[in-house]
Amino acid sequence: MGDHSDGIPAGSDAVAKAGLHDVEKFQDPGLPPHRLRLADTDPWAAKRAERQVAILFGISVVGTLLFFFGYFFIRLDDTIGTLRIQNMLLGLGTAFAMLGIGTGIVHWARALMPDHEVSEERHELRSEADRVAAEKIVGDIIEETGIKRRPLIRNTLLGAVALAPFPAIVMFRDLGPLPADALRHTMWDKGTRLVRDPTGTPIRASDVTLGSAFHVIPDGLNNLHEGKLEEKAKAVVLLMRLDPSLLNPSKGREDWSYNGIVAYSKICTHVGCPVALYEQQTHHLLCPCHQSTFDLTQECKVIFGPAKRPLPQLPIAVDSEGYLVAQSDFHEPVGPSFWERG
Amino acid sequence: MSAATESTYTPATATGRITNFVDQRVGGSGILREFGRKVFPDHWSFMFGEVALYTFVILLLSGTFLTFFFDPSMAESTYNGSYVPLKGVDMSVAMNSTLNISFDVRGGLFMRQVHHWSALLFTASIAVHMLRVFFTGAFRKPRELNWVVGGVLLILSLADGFTGYSLPDDLLSGNGLRIIQGVISSIPVIGTYISFFLFGGEFPGTAIIGRLYVLHILLVPAMILLMIAIHLFMVVVHKHTQYPGPGRNDRNVVGYPLGPVYAAKAGGFFFIIFGVIALMAAFFTINPIWNYGPYDPSPISAGTQPDWYIGWVDGALRLMPGWLLGIPLEWNIPLPWGVNTLSLNVLLPALVPAGIVFTVLFAYPWIERWVTKDDREHHVLDRPRNAPTRTAIGMAGFTFYCVLWAAASSDLIATHFHVSLNDVIYWLRALFFIGPIIAFTVTKRIALALQRKDREIALHGRETGRIVRLPHGEYQEVHAQLDDYKRYKLVGYESPEPSDGVPNGNGVVTKQERRRAMISRLFFEDRVAPATPAELEAAHAHAPVHEQIEEPERLKEVSH
Ligand code: HEM
Ligand code: FES
Repeated sequence: MGDHSDGIPAGSDAVAKAGLHDVEKFQDPGLPPHRLRLADTDPWAAKRAERQVAILFGISVVGTLLFFFGYFFIRLDDTIGTLRIQNMLLGLGTAFAMLGIGTGIVHWARALMPDHEVSEERHELRSEADRVAAEKIVGDIIEETGIKRRPLIRNTLLGAVALAPFPAIVMFRDLGPLPADALRHTMWDKGTRLVRDPTGTPIRASDVTLGSAFHVIPDGLNNLHEGKLEEKAKAVVLLMRLDPSLLNPSKGREDWSYNGIVAYSKICTHVGCPVALYEQQTHHLLCPCHQSTFDLTQECKVIFGPAKRPLPQLPIAVDSEGYLVAQSDFHEPVGPSFWERG
Repeated sequence: MSAATESTYTPATATGRITNFVDQRVGGSGILREFGRKVFPDHWSFMFGEVALYTFVILLLSGTFLTFFFDPSMAESTYNGSYVPLKGVDMSVAMNSTLNISFDVRGGLFMRQVHHWSALLFTASIAVHMLRVFFTGAFRKPRELNWVVGGVLLILSLADGFTGYSLPDDLLSGNGLRIIQGVISSIPVIGTYISFFLFGGEFPGTAIIGRLYVLHILLVPAMILLMIAIHLFMVVVHKHTQYPGPGRNDRNVVGYPLGPVYAAKAGGFFFIIFGVIALMAAFFTINPIWNYGPYDPSPISAGTQPDWYIGWVDGALRLMPGWLLGIPLEWNIPLPWGVNTLSLNVLLPALVPAGIVFTVLFAYPWIERWVTKDDREHHVLDRPRNAPTRTAIGMAGFTFYCVLWAAASSDLIATHFHVSLNDVIYWLRALFFIGPIIAFTVTKRIALALQRKDREIALHGRETGRIVRLPHGEYQEVHAQLDDYKRYKLVGYESPEPSDGVPNGNGVVTKQERRRAMISRLFFEDRVAPATPAELEAAHAHAPVHEQIEEPERLKEVSH
């Protein structure tokens, strides 16, 4: 350890070594001379710094009191305004309390504590002798166990150790049920009414005017006690009406719509966000998560974005009372792809 | 340490008596002797690691407060607290209790905002701290392992941030989980099973919040604590690096002693960080879950942003097309037992960018070591300009990250600048590939230019802006010469030259060695050698007008 003034000059490690050995280089002039601060020489300046530090600590006290004021004297009512004020006072109080202490200490350290930079030697991390000794000790220990000479012991031990962790993995089996075919079915079934989300009121075909769109759930979803969100996460549907001439149903799907009214799964085939945006002019559905864009006039084919598959269509019809109903469940799993999907 | 015989040392002060008591029972004076005056180099850029440490402490404090009121249950409940617009709405108990913390526990909202702002600052400071370590070459021998520990800490902090973000079970966090579930489903063979096990059945199930809660408040913070302990232990063993400058070399460490100056500054800094976070929590609302409402699979709010540290993965998901030039990126593969689905459009963006970033990050110390064949210990840092290729690589990586992060806001960029969303994506897809290359080239050029400027100043001094007329009538600007200390700062660096392939024992240059030589050329072909005394002399002979810089100014520079 040493004072700044004896900073070793000409420590050349910081200067070029690789490739520059043959070139003359600048010598390290050593640590620059120390410069005194005002407070080091002028007692009045030191006194002033002392007072400044004390004032900063005083500000901290005021901050803490401000916190108490906010906590005890702001009456919360039913508006969010009083909460905002209280939050602001608590925050300001804490901020002053903390900043007062913090800036006070830092100012104290900067202005009044010794600011001599000192230089300390680095020691070699570990000595070569230690390493040699360590290597020998490990070698001896291994030798004494005899593990190298007795492969039977070694191999059975390896086998046992390799197998032993598996119970710890297997134990996680009961974290959840096996998928079975849960992902292939939804609540929709033949004759299930299409009802509004979230109110649950049924929809007449005549309610669906040209260009309109409805967020739809299956009838009965709201009455579920268990698994409501799980069912909803698969069953939500978007219902829209287009000019029938714009629909280009493929073979087998000609009767899945009713008077230009079509129903498509609302769960994005990318990674499952609700495809909630309907652009009436272009007949596009847009997923707000990663902007997959589906074209209603092409059976919701992907025309942009990261999704690959079209949104599954729900075949619909009208029942005897004029309400929209499903003809069946979806004909394919809804939502993101999964390995077993096929 | 003192002998086991009768103590002859009689302490004179109260402090001395306490020390004596403790030391004779458990020891400790040795530690104090070792650490009390340990020297720590000081530089503003060493602050980021401290910020990370302090924000973590604040996370522990504010998080523990939250645990006293938060209930991680996904059971159904009806909100009945004092926030009127949500009265009577069905929601999970988790969401309900988070609303209660916000509206009915005094100071609860404040604590939530402190917790969330510190989480953002924590992850940000770790990232910036890593950039500092990278750009200054502090990861070189003997600190490679501590670099790896730092990388693990970064990953752990992201994990804790994400698990925490999901806890309130509001619309936003639920959609985040939905995306995770979709990504997990794309994993071949085991994806569906992982999803069912993680969520305890179909998404969203009733298990996930409770499970994330245990990870968030127990497992991950414990691992972070352990890693921080190892990290700091290694910092003490290695002693801190220092910036190059007069009097500093690889065999010494120059700075302030721990007590009192360094400890006071560092301790004071904790309170300052706490104060700044309190200010942010006072004035800037974060995660106002009462505006989003409880999670429901049907609604969604467009234009919302994930926290910054998760955004880049979301951005990657956005950039990947589902169809590329008419070719689908998801296939149904007929296998003997049936048809299976492989969704590369989800799997690749979720794995590849993060995979590249973290692989390069962890391997970089060894990559550079292999290229430079440099086995020396380094305790003096590089100024980033003096390692142009490394700096360029770092900026390329940073740009890569920024492109992905920007992609996560593609919709906001489109609406803000009134351009087509599709065009924004097309541009970002192009930038994903060429952005890092441009960044590499530009950064390297800038670094070399700065080095040349340093050389110029070291040899010819600084321009003062004062013009004088020479006796023979010529006008010239006065150049102020640097003093020895300042000049040394500009010339005291090494500039390695590319190394040719070295033949091995049999006298052959192996293929691998040739490859190394090629990369070495890429690293060091363009180089600016530090100025030499001979050059300085030559320069002086040619420039008649200069003056010695005045004393005080020079001192200001070296004592910061
Ligand atoms: C170490 C890094 C940590 C990070 C990055 C982190 C991050 C987060 C985030 C982003 C949230 C969401 C907050 C909100 O929505 O307002 C959160 C919530 C929460 N965190 Fe942490 N946290 C950390 C550590 C801890 C620790 C150590 C604890 C407890 C010992 C904790 C307890 C909680 C609790 C109870 C919540 C949910 C309640 C609420 O939002 O009101 N956190 N955390
Ligand atoms: S979830 Fe719809 S685009 Fe990603």
